[in-house]
Amino acid sequence: MRQVTLTVNGRRRSAEVEDRDLLVDLLREKLRLTGTHVGCDTSQCGACTVLLNGAAVKSCAVFAAQAEGAKVTTIEGLAKPGGPLHPIQQAFHEEHGLQCGFCTPGMALTLHEFLRRNPDPADHEVRAALGGNMCRCTGYQNIVASALNAARKMRGTA
Amino acid sequence: MIPAPFAYHAPQSLREALRLLRAHEGEARVVAGGMSLIPAMKLRLAQPEHLVDIGGLSELSGVRRTDDGGVAVGACVTYRRLETSRSARAAAPLLAETVAQVGDLQVRNRGTLGGSAAHADPAADAPAALLALDAALRATGGARPRVIPAARFFLDAYETALAPTEILTEILIPKQPPRTGAAYLKFANKASRFAIVGVAAALTLDRRGVCSRARVAVTGAGPRPVRASATERWLTGRQPSQTAIGEAAARASRGMEFIEDVHGSEEYREHLTRVITRRALEEAARRAGA
Ligand code: FES
Ligand code: FES
Repeated sequence: MRQVTLTVNGRRRSAEVEDRDLLVDLLREKLRLTGTHVGCDTSQCGACTVLLNGAAVKSCAVFAAQAEGAKVTTIEGLAKPGGPLHPIQQAFHEEHGLQCGFCTPGMALTLHEFLRRNPDPADHEVRAALGGNMCRCTGYQNIVASALNAARKMRGTA
Repeated sequence: MIPAPFAYHAPQSLREALRLLRAHEGEARVVAGGMSLIPAMKLRLAQPEHLVDIGGLSELSGVRRTDDGGVAVGACVTYRRLETSRSARAAAPLLAETVAQVGDLQVRNRGTLGGSAAHADPAADAPAALLALDAALRATGGARPRVIPAARFFLDAYETALAPTEILTEILIPKQPPRTGAAYLKFANKASRFAIVGVAAALTLDRRGVCSRARVAVTGAGPRPVRASATERWLTGRQPSQTAIGEAAARASRGMEFIEDVHGSEEYREHLTRVITRRALEEAARRAGA
């Protein structure tokens, strides 16, 4: 076992992990942050996406030990507890960008990185950015609408 | 899915990484982004006893211009960085265009150029660009540091010229001659985005618009990425007209070995090789100003 210390959603956290434990296991099992979902466990669906030092990554394909000293943001860290939703979450709410919601945390975090770099994206750019996030409910149309709505909100033009 | 147990090492320097590799020779694997190795470990297709993580080494994470006007890319530079960095795009547009087509955003955020080369997945995109650009790969940890031309680096599926104690440190891309146009096109597996067939083409034209140099490299089609030399020979010394490109592309599969899997038969890949080669050549010729 080894001790891993990292910053999760702005808080310093430590946990004992095995070398073969994945980052998603650390988040879900040790830190009880179950908003990060495991869909495929084979790095295809993107449900486990979190931000690792600001970059969207699939936490089922990163070992917990590799996150030593890193800054991780999960869906729980997007909005303050009790405060307003993050504009991306608010946009998903308004546009019906989710049905069962299983894929939503991963979608939101991929979009978080994408919109920071591309604040005024075209429809096809959103689709390309979400290429690694699968949704088995919505048919994607409302997710793309949510992304564009979120972009408007974050630019202050909504 | 839980990988077989292993010991994780995060060396602080290349020297330390090499020492670990030597100490655990035959039982250790090097990991950088881990986008291929970690899923393989979860499926227990790979069961190294030691994992040496070089992903965090800053000495392997730089992009620099070389004296000859080319670019040297550290083995642990991510696809995302190559795709978004202005200097990398300017120095090696074909490479940037190729790696932008790898997997998805999350994979490109972790996956590295060196990792792709050293893993040598026969369906990986980057090796085609490395062959078409006459790249060379710098390795250290053997009897002496060496530079291996891309054409002699990829030996077979998942097999490279690297020795088990060697680490790939840098990828050298020479400056391309003036009036060179290049393109990477692939017919991708819709789910994984791996290339069923991918073709990187680079054409150089002389003042009269005649093709003075042609580089065409094919990935995905066979057990290893290869140059389509019959196509290159045919085009060199000719104007890259629609007809000449068609003739050249028709020769793309000559002497090539094809694989068969759930995504396509040998015949299908052979056909795709010719079609994608033609399209890549057309685009490369257009970009060269033909
Ligand atoms: S659970 Fe990680 S990509 Fe599907
Ligand atoms: S809302 Fe159900 S998987 Fe996307």
